[in-house]
Parts: sequence; structure tokens; C-alpha cells
Amino acid sequence: MSEIKQTFNSSLGKKLIMALTGLFLCTFIIVHLGGNLFLFKDDQGYGFNVYANFLTHFPPIEVVAYLLYASILVHALYGLVLTLKNRKARPVAYAVQTKSPASWSSKNMGLLGAILFFFIVVHMGDFWYKYKFTHSVGYKEYRTNVLTNQTTVTDFVPADPTFEHSSTTVNDVEIVRVKDIHTLVSTSFHNIWYLILYVIAMGTLAFHLLHGFQSAFQTLGWTHRKYTPVVRFIGTWFFAIIIPAGFALMPIVYYFFK
Amino acid sequence: MNLTLKVWRQKDANSTGKMVTYKAENISPDMSFLEMLDVVNESLTLKGDEPIYFDHDCREGICGMCSLYINGRPHGPKRAITTCQLHMRSFHDGETITIEPWRAASFPVIKDLTVDRSAFDRIQQAGGYVSVNTGGVPDANIIPIPKVIADEAFNSATCIGCGACVAACKNASAMLFVSAKVSQLGMLPQGQPERWSRVQSMVAQMDEEGFGSCTNTGACEAECPKEITLTNISRMNNDFFSAKLFREEKVHDHSGGGE
Repeated sequence: MSEIKQTFNSSLGKKLIMALTGLFLCTFIIVHLGGNLFLFKDDQGYGFNVYANFLTHFPPIEVVAYLLYASILVHALYGLVLTLKNRKARPVAYAVQTKSPASWSSKNMGLLGAILFFFIVVHMGDFWYKYKFTHSVGYKEYRTNVLTNQTTVTDFVPADPTFEHSSTTVNDVEIVRVKDIHTLVSTSFHNIWYLILYVIAMGTLAFHLLHGFQSAFQTLGWTHRKYTPVVRFIGTWFFAIIIPAGFALMPIVYYFFK
Repeated sequence: MNLTLKVWRQKDANSTGKMVTYKAENISPDMSFLEMLDVVNESLTLKGDEPIYFDHDCREGICGMCSLYINGRPHGPKRAITTCQLHMRSFHDGETITIEPWRAASFPVIKDLTVDRSAFDRIQQAGGYVSVNTGGVPDANIIPIPKVIADEAFNSATCIGCGACVAACKNASAMLFVSAKVSQLGMLPQGQPERWSRVQSMVAQMDEEGFGSCTNTGACEAECPKEITLTNISRMNNDFFSAKLFREEKVHDHSGGGE
């Protein structure tokens, strides 16, 4: 046991934890972006609300979700510990600022990470916490005629405030009553400050992943003449451009077009 | 050439130092950087001042003794050379040049621009060796080694241990140095018996010396006078995790060594 402890307390062990939690968080944002594409669907929030309900009520996803929260905390905590240790390794600073070539993002991972952590706290407090632990989120009732595929939507007020979700069918009409996170998202995205916060946070994410994704592979020792260019390509185009751009488009589209 | 030098002066390890400005006059552009400092020291000595202390030895870029953090870069503005190979033609007339020692908690300043790099020696002693059997003289080249492996091991072995990687790193990390020393032996057949214990011992010693950890910025690779690559670091990481997590091989217990 002490040997395991020694492994993870070494400088390389701490970086291993950063790399593994970081890559896990990378896989998470793919799923997060995929699910959130429902926001672009013009269905009065039906798809998004049902998806949000599924995420919070499907046990395997709930288990993975807690693993995810733990990863965020561990990644942030180890990042802090490493940053402080690294500062201690150079107690007297240089008089001239370094001119050694190194990418801006690689030199500012701690700062970028701190901004992202602040964003995650605000983001989860606004949506995840309100959705799961308060009764402040409203409800919607979607009635779909399964023959004509016509959907009508009305506000729904349950008798019991702990009501979560129901799905019933009466005479070819499917009635889905679900918590209305979509309206909460929509109102938030119409606030200019949210728009600014989200766009800045996604810019930060882009720079964080531009270095972070390929750096995790380097830390794990997974470099190869053939595959490292592929990793760098995915890290740049997919994780640092497509994903942050996709997320940033959501508040932009809602603020300006919906 | 006439230059203005801002040099870090520090009496000894226990004093606090400061930057002092000197004039370097009538400098030939063909002089090396260290010869320029020799000229400045000559004039300081004639005035009865203490000359500027700096490390140097072979002055042909192979011993790893010279250091100097010049205008924000270890070994100055040129790629893949040491300070002794840097010539004054790389600067322009009237330029102000700031000269600092390597900055790292593990490299304490001894005097002026000279730092104590014995932390590197201790890392090397912790595992940078191979076991050789005594007995009859073996034939040369009796162990087949693929050319690409031999070349790669030789590239790692060109590390002169100057410490520019530590000086360039924003975390004062010694990963490039340690990984080169681990790689040069770990890649060759002769280095296999100690391969898994070596990487553990050397990393343990590196951590004990108080170097920072690696953020993969690549500043070390860019400043290394011998162009040691980041590939060495990932190779060492791979060996380290392999040794720690998957192999039943423990680090040498060197607690009895009177530490």
C-alpha cells in the first residue's frame, strides 16, 4: 500500500493523475456537447428536457456523474498542489522575462484551469443544483398525437412539488410531463452577462485543451512517431476548436436568434 | 563593440545579491561571450574590484560547465550552442545584455553567476550506471544493436548536464536531463538489468532534490544546447509507470548510504 502511495505522491505520479482525470473530462465534454445539441432543435425544449431527465434518472449515468465530479475536484486540487510545488522550485525569479519559445497555453494552464473551475462552479450552481436539489424549476407537459405527430405544449403544475417525470399514453396521445430545464437555460442565455461568461469560459477551454489533450499523452508516455501527429490533430481541431465553438454557439444562438 | 552589461553579483550563498551595471568597451564581434567577460574581468581586476565569477572549462561546448541566463534565455539567443560557443556578433553595438545565474531552488548560487549543480550528480549516482562483469575481455560489438536504437541512445547520451533545461523551464524541472540519462542506458541491451530500478531511483532522487514537475511546455527542448528531445521525457514516463505499476521491481533501498 505504501508503495502505491509513493507512486502517486511522486512528481510523475501526480502528473499521471492529472493526465488520467484530464482525459476522462475530455471524454465527458464530448457527451455533454452531443446531448446539448438538443438545444438547437426547434421542439419547444422537448428533446432537451427529456434528455436532462434521462441523465438524472438513469442509474449508470448517475454513478459516472459522481465519478466525474470527483475527477473535476481531483484535477483541480492536484493542479493547485503541482502549481504551488512548481513555484517553490524557483524561489528567486529571473529579472528578464523568459524568451524561451513555449506556447502561451502551456505556460498558463493553472490560470486557465482556475477560470474554468470558477465557471464550472457557477454553471453547476445554476443548472445542476437547481434541477436536482430545489423545486425552483418549472414543468412542461408535452402532448403528442402519435398518429399525426402533432405536439402541443403547456405549462404543468404538479400537486406534489417532488414530482419528477411521467410518461403516459391516452387514446393515441402520448403525454410527457417533465421538469423544464430548457426554459431556465433559455432565460439564462438571454442574459448578456451569461453570454459573456460562457463565451469567455469556452475560449479558456479552447486554450486549456489545446495544450492539455496532447500533453496528457506525453505525460502517460504515449508518444509515437506515427500516432502523436494524430493526437495533436484531434487535440487542436476537435478539442480546442470544434467542441468549445459548439458550446459557445449555444448562448450566442439563444441570445441573438431565439 | 560597446555594450552595457547588467550582471547578477552575489558575494556568497548566504548573501542577497543584486544586479550591477558594467560597461564592456572595445569588444571584438569575433570574441566568444566568455572572452568578452574575461575582458570585463580584466578591467575590473585592474581597478581592484572583485571579478565576475562564472563557470567555464573546455570552452568548446562539450563539458557542460558554462551556464549563464542571457537576456531571458539559457546560453543566450542562439539555438543548440553553449554560452562558450556564443559569439559577440550575435549582439548589436550598444546593446544592453542582462546576465543572470540559473534560477532554481535545487541550484543554489555559490557566487555571482556560479550555481551548485551537484543535484545532477546525485541523480546520476542514484541510478545512472550499468553493471559490467569482470573476466576476460569480450569481443567488440558482440551484442547486436539496431542502428536506429544505437543512434537514439547516442542522441540522449549527448546531454552534457549543463542545466539549461532546468533554467529554461518555468517549473525549474529537471525532467529533460533525467530522462536523457535514463534513456541513454535504458534503450541499450547493456542497460536492461537495471532498467526498471534505475528509472525509479533517478526519479526519486530528482523529486528529493526539489525540482519542479513537467508541464510539457517544451522550453527545455528548445534551449538544450545538445537538442535533447521531449521524446526522452515521454519514454522515461512510460518506463516509470511501467516499473511502478506493472513490474515487481522495487527501488534500490539506498537509505543506508548515510543521507
